[in-house]
This record gives sequence, structure tokens and C-alpha cells, in this order.
Amino acid sequence: MDLIFTILLDGLIYASWLFIVALGLTLVFGVLKILNFAHGGLYALGAYGAAIAVPFFAGLGMPEWFSLLAMFIAAAAVAILIAPLIERGLLRYFYGRDEVLILLITYAVFLILEDVTKMIFGVNPYYVFEPRNLLGNVEMGSLFYVGYDLALIGLAIVCGLGVWFGLNRTRIGKITLAVIKEPEVSQAMGVNIARIYLLAFGVGVFLAALGGAFTSPLISVQPGNSVSVIVVSFAVVIIGGLGSIPGAAIGALIVGIARAFAVYELPEAEIFIIYLVMVAVLIFRPEGLFTPIKARKI
Amino acid sequence: MNPILRTFGLAALGALVFIAIGLVVPAWFLFTMTKAVGFGLVALGLVGLLRGGLLSFGQGLYYCGGAYVSGLMANWAGVTDMIVLLSVGCIAGGLIAALVSPLVARYRGIFFAMLTMALSMVAYGVLTKIAAIGGSDGFNVPKPTLLGYHLAETGFGLYAIAVVIAALAAAVCRVHFDSGLGLIASAARENELRIEYLGASVFSVSTRSFILAGGLAGLGGTLNGVALGHVDPFFSYWTTSGEMVFIAILGGYASVTAVFGTALVTELVRSFSGQYFPESWQMLLGIFLLLVIVFLPRGVGSMWAKPAKNHAIRSIKEPAT
Amino acid sequence: MRNFVKFGGLLAALIAGTSTAAAKDTFKVGIVTFLSGQAAQSFGVPAANGAKLLVKKLNAGEVPAPYNTPGMGGMQIEAVLIDEAGGATVQVQEYRNLVQREKVDVVIGYVGSGDCLAVAPVAEELKTFTILYDCGTPRIFEDADYQYVFRTAATATQDNVGLVRYLKALGVDIKTYAGIHQDYAWGHDSWVDFKAAMGRIYPEATVAAELFPAFGAGQYGTEISALMQRRADVIHSSLWGGDLQSFILQGLPRGLFRQAQVALSTADHVLPPLGNNMPEGVIIGARGSYGYMAPESALNTWWDAAYREAYDNVVPVQGPYRMAQALLGLKSAVEKAMKENGGVKPSSEQLSAAMTGLSWESPAGLIEMTNGKGHQAIQSIGFGRTQKDKDGNIVLGDILHFDARCVNPPADKKSIEWIEAGFPGADCD
Repeated sequence: MDLIFTILLDGLIYASWLFIVALGLTLVFGVLKILNFAHGGLYALGAYGAAIAVPFFAGLGMPEWFSLLAMFIAAAAVAILIAPLIERGLLRYFYGRDEVLILLITYAVFLILEDVTKMIFGVNPYYVFEPRNLLGNVEMGSLFYVGYDLALIGLAIVCGLGVWFGLNRTRIGKITLAVIKEPEVSQAMGVNIARIYLLAFGVGVFLAALGGAFTSPLISVQPGNSVSVIVVSFAVVIIGGLGSIPGAAIGALIVGIARAFAVYELPEAEIFIIYLVMVAVLIFRPEGLFTPIKARKI
Repeated sequence: MNPILRTFGLAALGALVFIAIGLVVPAWFLFTMTKAVGFGLVALGLVGLLRGGLLSFGQGLYYCGGAYVSGLMANWAGVTDMIVLLSVGCIAGGLIAALVSPLVARYRGIFFAMLTMALSMVAYGVLTKIAAIGGSDGFNVPKPTLLGYHLAETGFGLYAIAVVIAALAAAVCRVHFDSGLGLIASAARENELRIEYLGASVFSVSTRSFILAGGLAGLGGTLNGVALGHVDPFFSYWTTSGEMVFIAILGGYASVTAVFGTALVTELVRSFSGQYFPESWQMLLGIFLLLVIVFLPRGVGSMWAKPAKNHAIRSIKEPAT
Repeated sequence: MRNFVKFGGLLAALIAGTSTAAAKDTFKVGIVTFLSGQAAQSFGVPAANGAKLLVKKLNAGEVPAPYNTPGMGGMQIEAVLIDEAGGATVQVQEYRNLVQREKVDVVIGYVGSGDCLAVAPVAEELKTFTILYDCGTPRIFEDADYQYVFRTAATATQDNVGLVRYLKALGVDIKTYAGIHQDYAWGHDSWVDFKAAMGRIYPEATVAAELFPAFGAGQYGTEISALMQRRADVIHSSLWGGDLQSFILQGLPRGLFRQAQVALSTADHVLPPLGNNMPEGVIIGARGSYGYMAPESALNTWWDAAYREAYDNVVPVQGPYRMAQALLGLKSAVEKAMKENGGVKPSSEQLSAAMTGLSWESPAGLIEMTNGKGHQAIQSIGFGRTQKDKDGNIVLGDILHFDARCVNPPADKKSIEWIEAGFPGADCD
């Protein structure tokens, strides 16, 4: 019993992290039809941003709890600085082109980001310790968990609900949904598509950077963090169905719990359990668990 | 002249020219070209898939399959003859693809890409576990022979074999792409439903392209495994498959020769930027990729292999969906 | 077709432009190590920094005796630095490019065991003197014989054999032990060696858990829970670099380091960046007598000071030390060969003959090429345990050294067979 509880809890924590990152990926795909390879690079930038912002605000004499806010600020700063550069400066010239071609463009952006990040921040590790010590430790079952890690579950829920609310309950969100369904008709009706695209991409970058920022206290922020993030978050959105927010949530949960199960019971399989899950899901649901209905084109 | 004969004639001529070039270039360049052929073969298979509207992000699996099967055969059975090894590698790649194809042939777009990638990653994970064949470190492949002669001393022998294989593969693909079946694949890219209504099976067309691509990948894997003298599970890693896609897209699907050129250029760009800018070669590679996409969006091959006129009708862009 | 011709011309120009002949009075050394990716921060860049520094100092003749002659046998050293990223296939190609295009005289390199395994036969084929400076797998000289390939650092066997001996020397009581290792050859090999050595030295102890997170996983919450739930007395790990730092950062607040004695086989390089965030009581190996565990000598005092002066007072760890012992070994071999050949630049064959069975002093003590028919080095190894000093800073205490012949197999024995046979011939005084 205790074991099952631990597996579920560990899986849930891992899933929260996955979900925050995958949410941005699935949102960008949903609106812009771009599977963004550079997502991992933006994640890494978020981590570096937090590593700069947290000590910066601490240096200004801000109280300790402000470090949590500082990570939000860092993620927002990354989004404001980088999103227009990539979307307005590059991606918009390729809309309507082959998905694969755009995938390659984002791959090129990823390669460039990787070295630019290294040039700016060097190879030496950065650490952000403060935020993780803020929320204390909690005894769950027979083990100790760090309050911060558990709080990530809450953050994931807030992000998910926030994006859902933004899309379904606000004016701009509803316009975005219209653009997703019918970009040309929306444009004809006077919607400024470019603005919607930039906004959606910006939110996607923000979520990637937020994932990185809130992971930074758990890791050593240094080059090489971005690659492993990409493939797992790709797997999550594929399992869930591209462009689907509940899909990303369920996908993250499945992957998280499957991985936790593997660590306890099948450690030898941990390296490919995510891919096994992906193959299994795709065999039964060829387009992922949550698929928007599409018209057949004749 | 019979167009098929003409194609093979051109291929033979091209092979002779490149073998002659091989006599004068320095040894390192010979090796780079050999390796580029290995990659180019895999990319050529991808071109076949791309013509049918399919993008595989997991060609590493068949590349790796060919390399492992032929490499193990060389190690365990002592067979080092290139003709045998290449045939075995090609069949191994094709067989694995044939086994996988019923599973993947009904998928399209990004899901096809991701499913193939997942399969190759499972293979990667499994191979890293098998300590008997070196685990993640892989194993070395003995030096190749051809009909009893040793090939490795200068690298020229292997290069000549690579050129012949490349020419043969390009010619076979050209003939196949222009055949009725090949054209159905291209039509399937534009509109699958219509093809089905016309009585052709998209499923069997996709399967055929997939097996062909698998065979070519197995061939490329064998060639590179032997040329490098080393095989490891990294052959099946997603970045390896990504590199193949990169080469195929740069080459474009109009031409069957462009992929070899782009494979070579990619290798050279990576190698020289790695040499002179060891700390920023990734950025240079990224910029190179962007430049090619911006200036030659339909691939380098579109410079010489112009699509025939009637293609213009369907080049009216569908709106993004 | 016209474009094709243009393209060919461009290539020809590119090739012609790069084939420059090596000048007579320089000795060109290709240096390959990780400059990007996971291993850059922990091993590659410090080693590259060490190489740059030592090459500069050697060229200026500023290294203490017996290395106080300029360059290598009077020739100025020219280093060509290459990134090791990209896997074994890329490295084979880059190795060929270094030798055939850049015309380097020797190559020093390779952190990754897969890279070493793949490059060694190519070095043999191209008949180029090559030093593997870091990689750990014993397979290289146990599975094959090479004329031109040498490894100037001990294999990973000593890391884990030494670690078990260290646990015994400290009197750690072990009933159960667990392992967490990255899921690739390095992790698996380390665990196999450790388990085998435990079987001889702690025959009663049983394995409580073995975990293999993916390389670069970054998230270890689940693994930490699993380790804590299985409650082993000792947790052994060969994690390194960013993965190790993340593991420590995530395990520390959860009490992992209080619950079990953690023994890290290759962790010295995380001490400088983590500093006082490193937990107390953790056993640290450095894969040799490096950094904090380096023996006292004039050479080491100089090396430590020179490195700190050049790189912001950062302590040199295993990367720079291993690079230094390779470069100093090369210098010794070059100069020995030149004594025999009348003072001309030695050929790869002459270098190989000079290097076989050679021994030389390095900042980390004596390096002896005794194993692998004179191609594989053995060296002493140090271990320590973190503790707080009186100012509350984390330092290494309980430092013990094991002699090279205590933790390495004799010349004619395979590592794992030697361990399983109960270390016959080990000399542990």
C-alpha cells in the first residue's frame, strides 16, 4: 500500500514538471501548428533566467519568499525578450509551409540557442537554492518530501487551469480558438492573426521558461540540460494528442506514473519506458488520446 | 533511348567520374565522402518516404539494424566480404522495416514521425542493455575485404564500393519514383482519399516505400559501420535519425542525387566549424541550416531537378489547417 | 549540372586551402575533449583549460624539473582543440581529420569509453601515436593489442576496488547496499566492479536496490524515494557532472545523506561548484590522487598554484590532472625517443617504443605504464570523506591513499577476473 502510494506521489511530482513543459509545447502546436524543437532551449533559458533573477532580487533586499516570484519574473522576461525575436523575426515567414520544414527551422533555432546560451552564461554551473528551502519538508507515508516539490503539483494545476480559462473564458481566448479552427475566415472577420500567433507563442515560451525556472532549484544549471527535456515533452504531447490541454495532462500523468513504476519494479526498463508507453498508446489511438475531430478532405 | 537504360547509364557514368575524383582527393576527404554516402543512402530512403508524404524520425532503427547485423556477422562468423555484408545489412534493414510496417503504415504526419522515433528509441534502450555486444559502448567491426582483397589500407577501395552503391541506389530509386507505383506514392502525398477512390491502396504504397527506405538505411548503416570500424546503439538514437532527416530535407525530394551532396556538405560544415570554432559549431550548423531553408526551401536538389511542368497545377498551396 | 560543377570547384578550393604542412620546429598535438553537452562543465572544459595552461607553460619552459626544458624536446607545442560531442562515429571521422587533414603529430583525448574503443583501431590503422587520457573501460587493452595507442590514466577498476577498500578501512558496517548509476556502459561497469569487490571484501552484504536512471535525466525524485524506502547502509554511485549535482541537490533536503553512507566513485569535480552545499559525511573518489587528494610534491604545488592563478582560484580536479599526466607523459616519451634517434622529431613508432613501459612523475604522483603490455597506466588513488571544519566549511577529511598495485590488477590479469579471484597479487602496504 505504502509502495503504491509512493509510486503515485513520485509519479505525480514528475508528471507536474512534465506537464508545465508540455503545456507550452501543445499550446504552440495547437495555435501555430508548429512542433517547437527549440522548446528545450527555452526551458534552459528559463533556468538560467531564474539563476540570475533570484540572487538579483535577493541582492535588492527583497524578502526570501520573493524568490518564488522572481522565478515568474525570469520566465516572463525570457518570453518577452525571446518570443518576438523567434516568432516575428523568423517563424512567421514560414507559416503554411510543411510542418516538417518548420520543425527543422525550430531545430536550427535550438542549435543556435544552445551555443548562444553557452556564450552568455559560460559552462560553469549556477545554483538557485533559496526557493526550495522556503516550503519546508513534509512526511508522506514513510518518506520525507520537500514542500517545494509538492508545490510544483499545485503550480502545474494552476498553469493548466490558467491556460484553459484563458482560452475558453476570455475574449482573446475565444478569438484564439476561432483562429485555430479557421485562420482565414478569422482574418476575413478582422482578427489580427499576427497578434494572436505572437501571443500564443509568447505564452508557450513563457511556460517553457517557467518549467525551467521552477526546475532550477532542483538541478545544477549548466549546458546540456535542454536535450533530454525535448524528447520527453514530445512524447507527452504525442501520447495526449497534439494541441490538447487535457491530453497533455493525461499524457504527463501516464508517463510520470509509468516511469515511477519502472524505477521501483523494472529499473532496467526505465530508459525506454516512455517510448514503450508511446508506442502502446499510438497503436490503440493513432493520433493520441485526445484528438480534435478533423474533416476528411476529398 | 529507353529511359531506364538511360538512367542506369548516367549512374554508371557518374560512378566512374566520382571514382576518378577519388584517385586525386586526400585521404581524409575520401573518408568523409564514404561516410556521406552512408548517410546519403539513408536520406535517399527518406526521400522515397517524403515523396509519399511520410516523414520518419526513426530511420536510425534500420540504419542501426543493418550495422549491427552485418557487424555481428563479421565478428562472429568472420565474414568480412563487403558484398556479403552489404547484402545482409540491406536485407536486415528491409526485414525490420517489413516487420514494423504493418504497425506504422496507417499513420501520417507528425504521428508517423513520432511513432517511428519511439520504436527506434526502444531499440536504442534495448541495445544499451545487452552487455554481450558491448552495451552502450558498442563493438568494433573488423576490416572489410572484397573477393579476398583487403580494402582498408588507403580507404579508396571502400570509397569505390560506396560510390557504386550510391549510383546503383540512386538509379533504382529514380526508376522506382518515375514508375507507376512511385507516382501513386506522390499522388498519395497530395490526397490519399482520392487515391483510394481511384482503386489504389495507400497502405500498400506506404508499406513499399517504408521497406525500401529500411533496406537503404540498412545498406547505409552497414557501409558506415564498416567504414568507421565501430558500431554502437547511438546509431539508433533519435539525433542520428534527426541528422538523416536534416540531410533529406536539405536535399529535397525532387532529386535522387542531391542527398549525397547535402550529406557531404553537412559533414564538411560540421567538421570545419568544429575544427575552427570548437566552442560554437552548433550555432554555425544552425545558421547554415536556416540559410539553406530560407534560400532553397525545396531543397538543394531543386537547383537541378526541376519538377515537370504539370506539377505546377497542384502547387497551389492549400491553406494551413 | 552547372551548379554541380560550381559546387565541386568550391569543395576543391576548400580542400586545397586547408592542407598546410606542419612546420619543422613545432610539435602538433590534437586535443579532443568535451566542449559542449553534459560532460563539458565537469570534465571537458577543465581538462581543456588544463591543456591550454600546461602547453603555454611547457612552451615557455616554466614547468618545474624534470619538465623545465621548453616545449617537447625543444619543439614548440601547437594544440588543436576539438569537441568530443557527437558520439563515436563523429569522433572516428574527426580523428581522421586531425591526422590526415590537420597533420597532427599525436592525438590526446577522449573522455567517453565508446569514443576510446572506436578511435583505438583507427589510430592503429593510421599508425598515429595516440594517448587516451581519461576514459575508464578496461576493455580497450584487455580485448585487443595496440601498438600506437596508450592510456596514461588507470582504468575504472581502481575507482571501485579502491572505494570498497576505503569503506573497509574506515570500518563502515555494511549489511545492505544499493547502487544508482547512469544507464550506459560507464554506470553498468562501475556497478559490476563494485558488486564484485563487495563480494570479496564484504561477503555478507546484500544488494538492496539497483537503479539506472537515463543519462542526463535531471529528475531523481523517484529514485531518491526508492533508495530511501529500501534503506541500504551504503549507497554507491558513479554519477558525475550535472547529474550528480542534481542528485545531491534533490537528495539532501530529503535526508538521503543522513540515512545512508553515500559513496561516490567520481565526485571530486562537484566539490568546487557545490562548495558548502555539499552534504557532510559523503565519501568521495577522484579516480586518482587528484585535487584535494593530490600528494605533496614540488610539481603538484606548482600545478595547483598555476591552475588557480589562471582560472579564478578554482581547484583543479580530475580533468586537468589527467590531462597534465598525459601531456607530461608525452613530453617524457618525446624526449626519451629524441635521445635515442639523435634529436630529430620522433616518428609514431619511435614514440610508441619510448612510451611502452615508461614511468614518469605527474602532479598526481608516479604514473607507470605496466599493464596492457606497457600501454596501460596504473597510478595511486585517493579517497576522502566530506566533513565540516571549525569554520563550518565543507572540506575533505579522512583522506587515504591506496598504492597503484593495491587497486589495479597485475599486468597479466583481466580486471573483473582479478576482482572475482580475490585480488591475487595485490600489494597493499
